[in-house]
Amino acid sequence: MSAVTRSRPRSNPVHWLGYGLVGIVVLFGVVSFFWTPYALSDMAGGRLEPPSAAHWAGTDRLGRDLFTQLMIGARIALVVGCGAVLIGGVIGIVTGVLAAFATRVADDALAAVFDILIAFPTLLIAMLVVAAREEASLGTAILALGIGLSPIVGRITRILTKRVLSKDYITAARVSGTGWGSIVFWHVLPNIAPFLGVNLALQFGLAVMAEASLSYLGLGAPPPNASWGRMLQEAQGTVYTAPWGALLPGLALFALVIGINLLADGLRDRFDPQRRDG
Amino acid sequence: MLAYILRRLVILLLSLVVAAIVLFVLLRLLPGDPAAALVGVGATPEQIAAAQAQIGSDQPLGVQFLAYLGDLARFDLGQSFVSRAPVIEEISRRLSVTLPLTFAAFTLALLIAVPLGILAAIRADSWAGLALSVVSQIGIAVPVFWLGILLVYEFSLNLRWLPSGGFPLRGYADPGKAVESMILPVLTIAIVMSASLMRYVRASMLEVLNSDFLRTARALGESHRGALARHGLRNAAVPVVSVLGIELSTTFLGAVVVEQVFSLPGMGSMLLLGIQQRDYPNIQGVLIVSTLLVLLTGFLADILQRLLDPRLREARR
Repeated sequence: MSAVTRSRPRSNPVHWLGYGLVGIVVLFGVVSFFWTPYALSDMAGGRLEPPSAAHWAGTDRLGRDLFTQLMIGARIALVVGCGAVLIGGVIGIVTGVLAAFATRVADDALAAVFDILIAFPTLLIAMLVVAAREEASLGTAILALGIGLSPIVGRITRILTKRVLSKDYITAARVSGTGWGSIVFWHVLPNIAPFLGVNLALQFGLAVMAEASLSYLGLGAPPPNASWGRMLQEAQGTVYTAPWGALLPGLALFALVIGINLLADGLRDRFDPQRRDG
Repeated sequence: MLAYILRRLVILLLSLVVAAIVLFVLLRLLPGDPAAALVGVGATPEQIAAAQAQIGSDQPLGVQFLAYLGDLARFDLGQSFVSRAPVIEEISRRLSVTLPLTFAAFTLALLIAVPLGILAAIRADSWAGLALSVVSQIGIAVPVFWLGILLVYEFSLNLRWLPSGGFPLRGYADPGKAVESMILPVLTIAIVMSASLMRYVRASMLEVLNSDFLRTARALGESHRGALARHGLRNAAVPVVSVLGIELSTTFLGAVVVEQVFSLPGMGSMLLLGIQQRDYPNIQGVLIVSTLLVLLTGFLADILQRLLDPRLREARR
């Protein structure tokens, strides 16, 4: 390695912050299946109450408990993020690697398809799907976001793979008789994995964000699915009198996304051989 | 290079045709007859039939598709069901809000992200580099509409410096008000976008800093600074340019949400309104024009990338 490479400690406290933040959100999301302080539609409190012992995060303008809504929101964000990244990752990586290996014509065609699909970004596709289905459901949102993410993953996989394939060691491997299948598994995938892993983590964050945006626009999964995005939309009108209502869902969304990003950084530091040698 | 541009141009045109087909199919998959949406609830079958004849949805799909391609070739996007105004006029009015918003935010984001990203890479070991990375991490994770709401809370409701939303009815004929109402939206987009751009700039700069060619340049007697300026920046720019196209498109379409936060009459709110009112010509128009702009951006980014990196021109495998 060159002299400029820095040495890094194996365990970085910042990454533990990432694990911690994601852990807290996961914990609340899981607990919400078994217990929430109130029922979701229970108008137990006064209107727009500030946080108190009875309502830890205050109440909304109908007197419903905001902490309950935040917990359900955590569940929805995680389910949507996992589902969308799984769908988008599988489709994207397979098509991206195929495109990089394909003949010139097929590669151009696939690259064009990626470009076209990226031209309909995640949020737009999801909006159209919601428009198409009279009633939006969580499943449609996941599918739409997953399909929306796949061309981004595919495009980056293709570019990264081509970069690896243009290296001399691939030529050397070919000359020494290594098959294309082995090249994919022993040279391409390990080389693109760190960058791709970071990218998939970012996609998870994007999916969570896109779901929140959909809900913010009023096109998300309908009640009783309390999404952080819809909470923000409802709170925007009363932000001056009840700022906590707009502050907390955004903070939760922010904490989850930054937690995932830090966690991805931690994984990269652990698995990227170039960094490990430092 | 010329051959590449021509080939890329053919791909661009083919992409447009494919996109047009995808849109045609997608919009036909939407539930309900557009003719029924045109005449509204409670219309008699005769009225619906008349509406179908008027917009041509009683024709076979093949005929409809050819008519649709013909209209597109003449840039005729039809008329809105709701306002009866030509869609293209409405779109050009909306673009006069969305395009300046996008470009102003994009430019501001670049001005912030490129110098800070390079600095964060060069000073990676110092406190400055660390602080910049933290700021960029935070910026990436901030939901854009949340940031918008927070900025409105502080600068419109608390300090009362800027309007909390809306756009002057007379548009740019009222330049002071128009610019005022753009400041917070532009800031909102630029802050979030510069954070993710900075991350790319920093990552690609770090890769260059660790590269063999830079070490060779140093070994041949160039100063660190000189080697960076002569070889480093150009190499670092290649991967950044490849994401710029995507980032610009994302900004343009991300405007959907930001326009909603600030009640700006742009393309995003036109699409949202179109979906709510089932105004198919408007939905279709917004999507076609957006697609065209995004594909053009990708085309330009690809050409720029080739110009920067000669290796891409030769290496096919």
